[in-house]
Parts: sequence; structure tokens; C-alpha cells
Amino acid sequence: MRPPKRRRRRAKSFVLLGLCAVAVLVMLAPLASILYTCFVNGAGAITPSFFLKNPPQACNPAAGAPCPQGGVADAILGTLLLVGLASAIALPVGILGGIYLSEFSERPLARPARFLADVMTGIPSIVIGVFVFGIFYFVAQEGWISTFSAVSGYTGAVALAVIMIPVVARTCEESLRLVPTSIREASLALGIPRHRTIVRIVLSSARGGVLTGALLAVARAGGETAPLLLTAGFTTGSIFGLSGWTPSLPVLIYQFSAGGEPNTTQLAWGAALMLVLMMLVISVGARLALRNRFGGRTT
Amino acid sequence: MGEPPAGPGAGEAPLPKSAGESPPTPSPEPPGSSERRRARWADEAFGAFALAAAATLVALPVLLVLIVGQDAQAAIVRFGPAFLIGRIWDSNLPPVTFGASTFIAGTLETSAIALLIGVPLSLGGAVFLAELAPDWLRAPVASVVDLLAAVPSVVFGLWGLYVLVPYMRTSVDPFLAKYLGWSPLFAEHAGSQSGASILTASIILAIMILPTISSVSREALRATPDSQREAALSLGATRWEATRLGPLAYARTGIFGAAVLGLGRAMGETMAVTMTVGNSDNFASSLFDPGQTLSSKIAINFGNAVGLERSALVELGLILMALSLLVNVVARLLLRSMTRIGKAGV
Repeated sequence: MRPPKRRRRRAKSFVLLGLCAVAVLVMLAPLASILYTCFVNGAGAITPSFFLKNPPQACNPAAGAPCPQGGVADAILGTLLLVGLASAIALPVGILGGIYLSEFSERPLARPARFLADVMTGIPSIVIGVFVFGIFYFVAQEGWISTFSAVSGYTGAVALAVIMIPVVARTCEESLRLVPTSIREASLALGIPRHRTIVRIVLSSARGGVLTGALLAVARAGGETAPLLLTAGFTTGSIFGLSGWTPSLPVLIYQFSAGGEPNTTQLAWGAALMLVLMMLVISVGARLALRNRFGGRTT
Repeated sequence: MGEPPAGPGAGEAPLPKSAGESPPTPSPEPPGSSERRRARWADEAFGAFALAAAATLVALPVLLVLIVGQDAQAAIVRFGPAFLIGRIWDSNLPPVTFGASTFIAGTLETSAIALLIGVPLSLGGAVFLAELAPDWLRAPVASVVDLLAAVPSVVFGLWGLYVLVPYMRTSVDPFLAKYLGWSPLFAEHAGSQSGASILTASIILAIMILPTISSVSREALRATPDSQREAALSLGATRWEATRLGPLAYARTGIFGAAVLGLGRAMGETMAVTMTVGNSDNFASSLFDPGQTLSSKIAINFGNAVGLERSALVELGLILMALSLLVNVVARLLLRSMTRIGKAGV
């Protein structure tokens, strides 16, 4: 009576745990497939003109004129400008906010600020796009600004900054909290003023974690598409500053994904390859940096 | 943006007493005391800057609710609660009609199916990585799984459009229709053979939430004390039974929280869904039908919408925000109780 039942339980255990192992393989497959297709379809697009030229205007291969290959120069520039301005706004505000949450946590504003920062990170990014567009639309309608319209690079950069600020603040707070209290007390006991203690001692000891968090937030902003679609717009022409519609790599991928000219599809794949590689490098780099700091504990 | 001046008492931290209150000697050394005054002033200024940043953290969500609410007001006033159940979205009919129910259904449908596919998969993977894998395999594989989270949404969309959609069209959809076609969920309608459908978007979403669910439930599983596993094994349980009775039972709150967190991510996801869901405003009765979600409707139409239609789109955003806030709060509560249990148990 007993052995067959035992064998069945053993077999069940073997099968179910085997399925778990298969699940890991299935989870790894999409990443492999995405990397593979990006390389196969996009590697051909990465030529010097990819970085130097703009997308080809409508061309007519049937009439004998070959389509120029084109590139995504201004989308790269646009992404750099958008993410650069967004970081210039979000990093100081976020890091100072993180300092407040960690170092002034006894003050009354700390708890609501932490809670609302968490709420903010849970809001879908497209809603942030709707929100920031709403601000600039309102401001433009009231006539407070006349140099740029509601859909502009400035709007896009602010939208990215709004997404980044709570993330930077919370990761900065978490890193600062890892600094032992005794170090703060030692510094204060030596008569060093509080602001110098925070900047020179606390922030400086936690700089690895703070920088990594900031870098991850910047990378995330570089891959954001939905809010930029609503706020920064898109153009295949050249850009002059951020006051007009500003193309970016993610929005370019979306706009060119539907095809049309064969070259634009290839440009979309090239841009996707570039974006994915950048994200993976930053993500792996941040992971390694964090591991070195915190003694290799990865769950 | 919204930086109120430092309120009264903002600079009065309990700590800098050591810097400020020296023994009341009648100032024998003027340079030292002026330096001290300057340090104190700098402390106040630094505190004010930090306060302004914290005030920004508070002001942003408040401003968000105000602006989004203001922009949605025209549609809320015009359609009232009927907006939530209305099925028609038409800005050309003489009485313009906007209803959100198709898109709400699309969002709920796609994210629910994404959970049905994604939770077993990522949970199985988490069990393997947390319980079975040897140490040298665990960390690298877990890192690679987590890398999936670094891929931008629009790249998932591009991949979905050129790899998944054709595959669904030629292989998966006909296969499912052949064996499950008797049920209305898998019925093939005219115009539903493109491969871009509710089901395709759900599969993309399932892939996108894998790293979230997997990493959170992995942590929950690993927080299980060894005694739980050993107790089951010592009673003669097989490896699977020990896993089910030990870690899986112990971490169920955390796993549930991980799934809800994944649900929140799936509902807010925009680009990948927009590119694979088929973008049809008609109600999708079959999973093979093209559909539309709250976020994809906003992404597709916002650029060209004016007046009442824009306001209605903003109201869609308000609904989306309410849904994801609700889900995120639930996830947070579940995960908080998990960390509490985890700490008490160890």
C-alpha cells in the first residue's frame, strides 16, 4: 500500500519543482528575444549618418529616387536636452527632499512628504503627462508665457522632472538612513554645524547610494515615452532649443513603429537598440556599484 | 514651483543646541562668536532649502489633483456618473457623447489576464530561485530576470508589434480558436484576425510585470525562517510539500502583495499596450478582438483632442489614477504586514 503512494508523492514533487525551473527559463526568454530582435533589426541602422542626420522626409522609391538612409540626430539631441533639464530640476530638489526626509525626520512635514512621495511614484506616468500638460496649457492660456506653447521641450522636461523627484528623494533618503547615527553625533560633538555635518559627513558617506539612485532615475526618465508623447510632441525636423516640439528617442520609436517607409522602421529599431543598451549598461553598472557597497547581498 | 517660505519655527531643530548654546561667557573672543552666528545662519538657510524641497514633494500631488480635477471638470459636469457606464465615444455626433466603460473594461481585462499569466510564472520562477537554485546560480539569474524591468516600455511595444503580434496571428490565435473556440471568450470575429488584440496586450503586460512580482515574492520567500522548511521535511514531506507548507504558506501575504503591486503596474502601463492592443473603441467581447485601455485611449487621442473631448480624456486619466492608487495602497498594506511578520518571525 505504502510504496506506490510514496512514489506518487515523489513524482509530484519532481514534476512541480521541474515546472518551477521551466518557469525561470520562460521568464528569461522574452529578454533574450528582445535583445536578439533589436540587434538583428537595428544593428544595420547604426552608421555615422544615424547620429548625424535627421529622418528622411517622405520619399517615393517607385519614382526611381532612392530613399536616403537618414538618422535620428535631433531625437538624440532632444533626449539629451530633455533629460538634462529634467535632471537639473529634479536632482537638487530630490536630493534636498531626501535629506529632509532622513535628517529632519522629526519635523512635522516629513511624514506627509514621505507618504505623498510614495503615492506619487504609484501614479501612472501618462497621468503625470496629462497633469504637466494641464499646467502649461493653463499658463499659456492665461498669457503668462508667450515664448513657447503648451507642447514644448520645457513641458516635457518638467514632466520628466515630476516623475523623477519622488524617486530620487526616496532613494536618497534610504541611502542616508544607512549612515550610522554615531557618525552624525561625533561630527556635531566636534562643533561642526549641522549643515556641514549633513553635506560633508552624511551625504559624503552615502554618496554611492545617492548617486546610484539618481542615475537609475535619470535612466528611467530617458526611457519614458507616454508623458513625452503628450508634453514634448514630436518632429522629424531640426530643433532649436526646447521651445518647440522636441523629438526624443522613445517617442521616435513609437512614431516610426507603424512603418511606412522601410527606412523609418529601421531607424526605430536602431533607436530601440541604442536605448536598450544604454538602459542595460546603466542598470548593470548600478547593480555592481551597489553590490560592492553593501557586501554582495542580492535577493 | 510651490516653495512656501520657511514657516515660523522651521529652523528650530533640537540638535544644533551644541552649536548655539555655549556657556554664557561675556564674549571674550569676537571672531569665534561671529563665526558661530554665521554657522547658525547657514544652518537655518540649509534647513529652509530642505524644507522647500520637502514642500515640493507635498505640493506636487496636491497640485496634480487640482489641475487634473479642474481639467476634467467640464466632462464631469456634462456627463455625470453616466460617463462611467457609457459605451460610446464619438466627438462627431451632434450630441457629442463620451463614455468610459469600454476603456475601463479594457484596462481591467488586460491587467487581470496579465496577472493570470504572470503570477504563476513569476511565482514558479521565484520558488526556483529562492528555494532550489544553488547559490552560484541564484544571484546571476535573479539579476538577469530583474534586467527585464530596465527595458523601456516602448521597446516592449516595438517587440510586441513585430514579434508577438505576427506570432499571435499565425500560431497562437488559430490554435486557441481551434480548441477553445466554443467559448465566447475565444470566438473569432470579422476583423479580429490582425493579431493585435486584448490577449496580445495582456501577454505583453504579463511579461512586463514578471520582474516586479518575481523580485518581491522572492524576497518574501527568502524571509521564511529555516525552521518552517525543516519542520515539514522532518515529518517526511517531499521537497515540494515542504516548499508548499513552509515558504509558500508563510510568505502568502507577501506573494499576494507582490501580485497586487504587479496589477498596479499593469494598469498604468501605456506604450506597450497602445502598440499591441489594436486600438478599437468597440467593446471587445472576445479576447481576440482589438480593444482599448484607459491609458492607450489617452495616448492615442490626447494630441488631437480639444474642448470637451480633451476634458473627457483627462477624466479617463482621473479614473486611471484612482484605480492605480487604490491598488497601490492595498499592495502597500499587504507588503507592510509582510515585513512586520518577517521581522517577528526571524
